[in-house]
Amino acid sequence: MAVDYATLKKGGFMRQKQKNNFSLRLRVVGGNLTAVQLAKIAEVAEKFGDGHVHLTSRQSVEIPFVKLDDIDKVKAALADGGVEPGVCGPRVRTVTACQGEAICPSGCIDTYALAKELDERYFAKELPHKFKFGITGCQNNCLKSEENDLGIKGGIKVAWKKENCISCGVCVKACRSEAISLQDGKITLDESKCNYCGRCCKSCPTDAWEQTSGYIVSFGGLFGNKIAKGEPIIPFIEDHDKLMEICDAAVQFFAENANAGERFRSCLERVGFDKFKEKIEEVYYG
Amino acid sequence: MAEFEINESVDITDVVCPTTFVKAKVALEELDEGQILSVRMNDGEPVQNVPRSIKEEGHKILKLIDNEDGTYDLIVQKVGE
Repeated sequence: MAVDYATLKKGGFMRQKQKNNFSLRLRVVGGNLTAVQLAKIAEVAEKFGDGHVHLTSRQSVEIPFVKLDDIDKVKAALADGGVEPGVCGPRVRTVTACQGEAICPSGCIDTYALAKELDERYFAKELPHKFKFGITGCQNNCLKSEENDLGIKGGIKVAWKKENCISCGVCVKACRSEAISLQDGKITLDESKCNYCGRCCKSCPTDAWEQTSGYIVSFGGLFGNKIAKGEPIIPFIEDHDKLMEICDAAVQFFAENANAGERFRSCLERVGFDKFKEKIEEVYYG
Repeated sequence: MAEFEINESVDITDVVCPTTFVKAKVALEELDEGQILSVRMNDGEPVQNVPRSIKEEGHKILKLIDNEDGTYDLIVQKVGE
């Protein structure tokens, strides 16, 4: 029987240059694995691979040198440790994330919770081409959100709380975009300069900033054969459900408008960013 | 600044990140609870980051004074033993 490479690829088995050997891509969400999963992966790599694993550029793990005949046994063994194969090909890929607010002092949003939610919502969804989500917790952008087809960056929208302020001046220096000034004990925030990094409120000794966490979304990033930065088409999103609606609308636009084998960016360029913007603004302001 | 009685001073302008914070932290450890430390730091990265790190350690920041010579004095009250 002929080997159905497309199905194998869909199931995360990547054909190697060595005949009948596959590099098995695993389903990893937001770059997190439990110790139990890691132990199982090590065991499978030892038993069915050549004893090593590869950490992919997008936070996944691959077990190379898995033999074609062992595929079912490997899947069963992995399932035993709560590990599933990942995906490749024209569908929604691994959702990547930095550690975010749950762990990182700079984080503005819970990136892992969001990654899990997006993974549950879209994982392996069939589309005209690959589609990548990446989530970064703050402006430091450790996860490079704009490289993704849809990138999400956490931010904090702030408003000065006069009654708590002791005019210490720490926030003026903590701000890297010169959006804050202090004169005669009064703070002025230039909202047009604010990039929602949250450094002012994180450094404030008296909690004199009202904080609203939210999302800065970019669309159409590419970092492969062609390189393009994802574009922020809409303003800061404060509402989580609104973010989900925006993601749904972007994925739907891609599904409806892209030709087979055409990345989101190329689709947006061909169909027109304006047309896409119109759709997304409908959802944003709707 | 008459409003604070400074018990101790430390100059961290001669070191770079992350030693800036470490030097300030060590100076704070020498103090008793409630005592006040003045930390002299450079403009740029130290003044952007050190106040926040000290806050995250649980101490109380009272004031940031611009010395207008490219340095700042951060006035910190020690919290905890």
